[in-house]
Amino acid sequence: MLVYVMNRLFQSVAILMIMTLIVFFGLNVIGNPIDIMVPPDCGFDCRAAAEAAFGLDRPIHEQYFIFLSRMLGGDFGNSFVFGLPALDLILSRMVATLELAFSAMLLAVVIGLPLGLWAGLYPESVSGRSITALSILGFSLPSFWVGIMLIMIFAVELGWLPVTGRGETRTIFGVELSILTLDGWSHIFLPALNLALLKISLTIRLVQSGVRETIGMDYIKFARAKGLSRNRIIFVHVLKNVMIPVVTVLGMELGTMIAFAVVTETIFSWPGMGKLLIDAINLLDRPVIVAYLVIVSMMFILINLTVDIICGFLNPRIRLDGSRS
Amino acid sequence: MSLVEPTAIAPAEHDRSRLRVFLSALIADRIASVSLIIFLCIAFVAVFAPWIAPTDPYDLVTLNILDNRLPPGSVGMDGTVYWLGTDGQGRDLLSAIMYGLRVSLLVAFVSGVIGLAIGLSLGLLSGYVGGRTDTVIMRIVDLQLSFPTIFIALLILALFGRGVDKVIIALIIVQWAYYCRAARAAAMVESRKEYIEAAQALKLGPVRIILRHLLPNCLPPVLVVATIQIAASIAIEATLSFLGLGVPPTEPSLGRLISNGFQFTMSGQHWISVFPGLALLITIASINLVGDRVRDLLNPRLQR
Repeated sequence: MLVYVMNRLFQSVAILMIMTLIVFFGLNVIGNPIDIMVPPDCGFDCRAAAEAAFGLDRPIHEQYFIFLSRMLGGDFGNSFVFGLPALDLILSRMVATLELAFSAMLLAVVIGLPLGLWAGLYPESVSGRSITALSILGFSLPSFWVGIMLIMIFAVELGWLPVTGRGETRTIFGVELSILTLDGWSHIFLPALNLALLKISLTIRLVQSGVRETIGMDYIKFARAKGLSRNRIIFVHVLKNVMIPVVTVLGMELGTMIAFAVVTETIFSWPGMGKLLIDAINLLDRPVIVAYLVIVSMMFILINLTVDIICGFLNPRIRLDGSRS
Repeated sequence: MSLVEPTAIAPAEHDRSRLRVFLSALIADRIASVSLIIFLCIAFVAVFAPWIAPTDPYDLVTLNILDNRLPPGSVGMDGTVYWLGTDGQGRDLLSAIMYGLRVSLLVAFVSGVIGLAIGLSLGLLSGYVGGRTDTVIMRIVDLQLSFPTIFIALLILALFGRGVDKVIIALIIVQWAYYCRAARAAAMVESRKEYIEAAQALKLGPVRIILRHLLPNCLPPVLVVATIQIAASIAIEATLSFLGLGVPPTEPSLGRLISNGFQFTMSGQHWISVFPGLALLITIASINLVGDRVRDLLNPRLQR
């Protein structure tokens, strides 16, 4: 097991190095960052001075190592727009994004699980078929458009829910959270639902097919023959086995949600790090762009690593294969 | 569905009849055939937009700013009927959607074809040659697929800037890994079969074996991936354009039209983003439904 974990850990560090390489060379080889920093009337001497000041006159690999060592110390430079350290900006917005992603995950399970269970138990009924059809539709719906439709229906036409910002937040353990206040709940509901939509479809499909497979298994027949109540069979015996793939897949989907939060945050003006990225791209705020890309890559790598290690614990076959290769 | 006995007929004829069996099975399925017809209509509209659209939305001469934000069915200053209303600049929304479909489908198609070509070649090479080549290519694929597609696309656009060409590059990079994985899986199975051994025994060159023998037999699963990927890339392009990172405002795709309409949603002028969104939804859904059916038809496990 230790060999497997070490192996995966080493791979993760390697992937992170590759990502920093891509980000660094993408930014510095394709476009010269000095162009946007100096005034247009800047002559050759002035440019050279600016390049020297930013260390851009050194060989490219040397620049990369400087970038890397500063990054390891948490220094991504200051944002051109806010004048604050880029890392601090990202971290201050990260809470809002994570809050949104976890709320969406919760919604996906709370809505998707019962619907999927129903569709799996009664696949031929009208309600079961409609749930399946809805989940297929959910895969085709462009999520940003659904977000606009949600705003249009619930905020503009019906006027039930607010659409921008996080609402009233409360600080707990030094972290500002919206989900602790009623006003915050009303603000987070629509964006979380929007972000959750695809995952609801995914959960419905996973649970439905899981239930249909499990229900025919011998141990379910045995439980029924033993005279267990229907509820006990469904909620204990079937659900327990269905939940394993659901939890694994949703765990891996957490990363996708964090990435997709960029879209939801833009629509609902949710002040998370995704909105920060879009603003930074529009304003060419390079330190913030770099900090976002590196931090979010790190989060994905961490999520993948965690899921892999948990799967390794649960399933010895993966672990053995992994340590051999 | 039963396949024609393969040894009984010449290869070319066999291929054609297999295609015919496949097509008739596809048409027999009601949902798939309706979706296919809808998609063909959409493709027709997109290709011939300049000839069938009621107005040219980018001809500034015909635009009348006084006609802006008219609800669907209104009659403009010069008597034109705007069936789907007009947008913030007084453009006919129906025409704008037709032109938008053109941009959306073009971007998806071009990136799909190039991504397919790259992914297919590397996948076949990987599956046929194996060894170190295989390891290196698949490591890159695994690396890329461990990140969400939207993140990869954002990364590329954040680093290289916006524009149609950048979106196409981003979509190619996003897609090739899926094609590569599908092609490799097929090539690994196929290259162990007798006809490949026979070709090797005849001392045919590896390029010829890959192109003439391996490629045609590995194509079906890759094409299934392609239908799903094209739908996905239409959605990604729309999302990127909505975020303002995709195609420029001078030549809006559907995503851009929706994003233009978004600002008017708050004041109740919903049609400006509703109709382009519906067009997008119908396009993606019809491709997905056809792709779903094609996948079932080509899946040997579901055939008796």
